[in-house]
Amino acid sequence: METKQPCSCSCMPAAQSAEGCTSAEKPVRAIIKTTSSLTFANTVDHFLAHWGWNRGGHRVEPGLYQLGNPTPDNPVFASANYTLSFDALRSALSGIDAWILVLDTKGINVWCAAGKGTFGTDELVRSIHVTDLPAIVKHRKIIVPQLGAPGISWPDVMRRAQFLVEYGPVRASDLPQYLTTHTATPEMRRIEFPFKDRIVLTPVEFVHLALPLFVVTAFLWFLAGPVASLAAISAVIAGTVIFPALLPFIPTHDFSTKGLLLGGLVAVPFAASFAKVPEIPFWANTLAAATALLLIPAVTAYIALNFTGCTTFTSRTGVKKEIFRYVPVMAVMAVLGILAGIILGVSRLLGVI
Amino acid sequence: MFDSYTETTLNFYSDRCINCKRCTQVCPHAVFDAGESTVVLSHPEACMECGACALNCPVQAIEVQSGVGCAWAMIGAALRGKDMDTECSCGGEDSTCCATPKEETCNCGDK
Repeated sequence: METKQPCSCSCMPAAQSAEGCTSAEKPVRAIIKTTSSLTFANTVDHFLAHWGWNRGGHRVEPGLYQLGNPTPDNPVFASANYTLSFDALRSALSGIDAWILVLDTKGINVWCAAGKGTFGTDELVRSIHVTDLPAIVKHRKIIVPQLGAPGISWPDVMRRAQFLVEYGPVRASDLPQYLTTHTATPEMRRIEFPFKDRIVLTPVEFVHLALPLFVVTAFLWFLAGPVASLAAISAVIAGTVIFPALLPFIPTHDFSTKGLLLGGLVAVPFAASFAKVPEIPFWANTLAAATALLLIPAVTAYIALNFTGCTTFTSRTGVKKEIFRYVPVMAVMAVLGILAGIILGVSRLLGVI
Repeated sequence: MFDSYTETTLNFYSDRCINCKRCTQVCPHAVFDAGESTVVLSHPEACMECGACALNCPVQAIEVQSGVGCAWAMIGAALRGKDMDTECSCGGEDSTCCATPKEETCNCGDK
């Protein structure tokens, strides 16, 4: 499967100029050799990419690669110059002699780069030209990953480069079967978002929020104690880890309402705990419980809403609706929760509670 | 209720369709099904507006306002005073998968 960049936004398709970016570069026949074997260094690179380390730095050299000992009749595959994309392709083609045309997508995966337009018609046409591909292969066909289609216009590629774009399956792992008939089954054409794919995105989601979470946790520890700190950590973990893990199982369709439900569940034990602190008066108990019930769901829901970018099934129209429907609700909840927290903090500092 | 994804901007003009079935090949959500004389828009609600079908339709039988379904990008754009629908970057100028390195411009279309 095309590996999503661990960021991972479902990037927008960029409109392509039919005539734009016609390359004036002279063809340079520099073929790079590669294999289907992944090394320990590749594994480390993938691990670091999944944790968001040196984002944008997980690149392979753009250009034409030979996998095995391809002849001019062997197939040509297009890929991005993001290591996870390239490695998924070459490892799936184990035992197959092929050419791999790596487009310069600036270290971005096929899906996001297609949305952005860097994995697009212009770059594909340019790459075909600068690698001298027409002189290297006899046929005029290039197999492009299906998830690259939002950036590629096959009629334009045909017209400008005289290459027929053949859309391969969504998952690179299906390529060996696909190559037997050059026909994808409906299952090969469908994108899924299984637990494994969701959970692999959680490290980078958490890393994004690690620094602000550390600051807030430290602040709450000194102001309100360790339970309040734990509440903050729980809200973020709920949004970044538990939410993706349980995504299909949480009721409702909207990510925001799913997040509000999950955050509400997480908030209940904290609210119960805050409501039973014996040393403070009833009004403070109530306010502390309300703080948890307002802030935790708001934080979790906001993180959950932002997970829309990690998926491949939320439309811009829908996400926009979600933003206008629920962000005001989250904002009001957050403001009220913060105000309640400030009142409690000031009361504590003044010795009222 | 609690489903913001019931409508999309996808439009299919079956009178223009030449039944090349490219849209059925590129759509990862099986929004289009093969039909006898034209493809059939069978699951429009599953459309994520990626735009692959429209871009690969040789006769412009499909129209969609393609765009990012990413709240992070859209909210980030709105906070920076940019257009939520067309802003290129996703959550920041340099640090995300949709970001354009500073030495480059977002020169492919208007995204």
